[in-house]
Amino acid sequence: MSAKELILADLDGDRTWRLQDYIKRGGYEALKKVVSGQMSADDIIGEVKKSALRGRGGAGFPTGLKWSFMPRSFPGDKYLACNSDEGEPGTFKDRDILRYNPHTVIEGMTIAAYAMGCSRGYNYIHGEIFETYLRFEEALAEAREAGLLGEKILGSDFSFDLFAHHGYGAYICGEETALLESIEGKKGQPRFKPPFPASFGLYGKPTTINNTETFASIPFIIRDGGETFLNYGKPNNGGTKIFSISGHVNRPGCYEIEMGTPFPELLEMAGGMRGGRKLKGVIPGGSSAPVVPAAIMMDCTMDYDSISKAGSMLGSGAVIVMDESTCMVKALERLSYFYFEESCGQCTPCREGTGWLYRVVHRIEHGKGRQDDLDLLNSVTANIMGRTICALGDAAAMPVQSFVKHFGDEFQYHIDNKKCLVPPEVQYEGSKIYVGPSC
Amino acid sequence: MLSQESLSRIDRELEKYPAEQKKSATMSALRIAQEELGWLSDETIAFVADYLGLTAIEVFEVASFYNMYDLAPVGRHKITVCTNLPCALSGGVHAAEYVKQKLGIDFNETTPDGKFTLKEGECMGACGDAPVLLVNNHHMCSWMTPEKIDQMLADLDK
Repeated sequence: MSAKELILADLDGDRTWRLQDYIKRGGYEALKKVVSGQMSADDIIGEVKKSALRGRGGAGFPTGLKWSFMPRSFPGDKYLACNSDEGEPGTFKDRDILRYNPHTVIEGMTIAAYAMGCSRGYNYIHGEIFETYLRFEEALAEAREAGLLGEKILGSDFSFDLFAHHGYGAYICGEETALLESIEGKKGQPRFKPPFPASFGLYGKPTTINNTETFASIPFIIRDGGETFLNYGKPNNGGTKIFSISGHVNRPGCYEIEMGTPFPELLEMAGGMRGGRKLKGVIPGGSSAPVVPAAIMMDCTMDYDSISKAGSMLGSGAVIVMDESTCMVKALERLSYFYFEESCGQCTPCREGTGWLYRVVHRIEHGKGRQDDLDLLNSVTANIMGRTICALGDAAAMPVQSFVKHFGDEFQYHIDNKKCLVPPEVQYEGSKIYVGPSC
Repeated sequence: MLSQESLSRIDRELEKYPAEQKKSATMSALRIAQEELGWLSDETIAFVADYLGLTAIEVFEVASFYNMYDLAPVGRHKITVCTNLPCALSGGVHAAEYVKQKLGIDFNETTPDGKFTLKEGECMGACGDAPVLLVNNHHMCSWMTPEKIDQMLADLDK
């Protein structure tokens, strides 16, 4: 059992993020290979397809396929955007990539721009990690200075410039068209699709948006080959993946492992269960992913297909671990409040429905639940799912459905007994301030 | 209304976008204005709009949509504690309670001396560092034990 690091390999926290360190790690070799004409745009996209790299932001869409949607002969600018608006509860991998290895994202984006003929790119960085945004700006300045960005990159005919744009507190901007609206200086409200960004994106121009970790995987794929990357994972689930583990473990943090690693191994890497308590449930892919009970989760491997078979989603690879001291109603109440707070308000089923979900879960948790509340929750979620412009509505509904499905007894106990099944003092003990040994 | 330095910083942001897309700099211009003035009044918003060649309502829409902009005065130091689920499992709520008790205020309140405002935050994307809090929007503090909270408040109070 061990980590397999491609993106996070040989990093030393805040000490090795600069250009010179990245070059020592083999950085920008892939870009040189590309701009020197050793690989055509088709070769690059072919290699990315071969790698079976799937979007690391949550949707898991095949990256090579996405790139091939961009029009070839478009008169005018085409854009590239990186989605670093990492605000899905449980997810904190992109922050580590950007602050410890920012040049891998710059190199990945530049190669992507070459493959798709984009002249300009933006990295949209979550507002709350403003210090990381400033560091990324410094890394951009280093790259520009070294001729790795801007006009005629490394003396070739290829020009591409990249800029950082910060968010300022809106979860919804992680939705790719909301992100584009936000770069345009508007409210981050998702657009109707179609048209998809590949035909009508930023400023109405063809645009491709990928997640930070997706771009960060590109230099390795180009340097060492798509097949090498694929072999680190399993078919249809290529490469390594960074999992951010939070909650009731001894060592919360980011762990880069091969796709298909059994969940118990990942849990052990994170130091195992805190205080030796028993695992109760896991949200395996960020707060929007359905919760999976302990017994099912312990049989899963960490890849798109296995987690999907378990009835959930690998999502962004954010693994929220909850032990037996957790009140599942309270856990859901907090998540439901989040979606209520973050709904952009554009679609009625989401704007109103997230409020209903929060208020009903809140009253169950606070001993005011009614006998038909579980049916009511199911009815509200059914009326949100699939009826909104973007996936936030579904993201709010899926936790509710899965918590009620798997932990229905606990919800019923609250309604019948007007109190938590897990005694308050046990909850208090289990979730008090914990700072692990890695801190 | 804004200092020459802030205006120069906004000008640098404008260079990131195509010349005809000045609106794209709205978010950073508002951020820069808030850094200088502490919060965004209607007058500030109108000024930023004018500077970027936009209408005030266009800029107000942005200022009111993103929750790190303050449309009302806040204390000299704004502390935002994340209490979302991953943080809560590692003491985020306890840390927030501790800050409340230390400052004698609740969420969305300011201490009578105008030094501190406390806010409840949503996910900051640093769940592995829980408990996590932001100071004045831009400085993230990780693994905030009561001792570190004491130290942080003492440093800010200087």
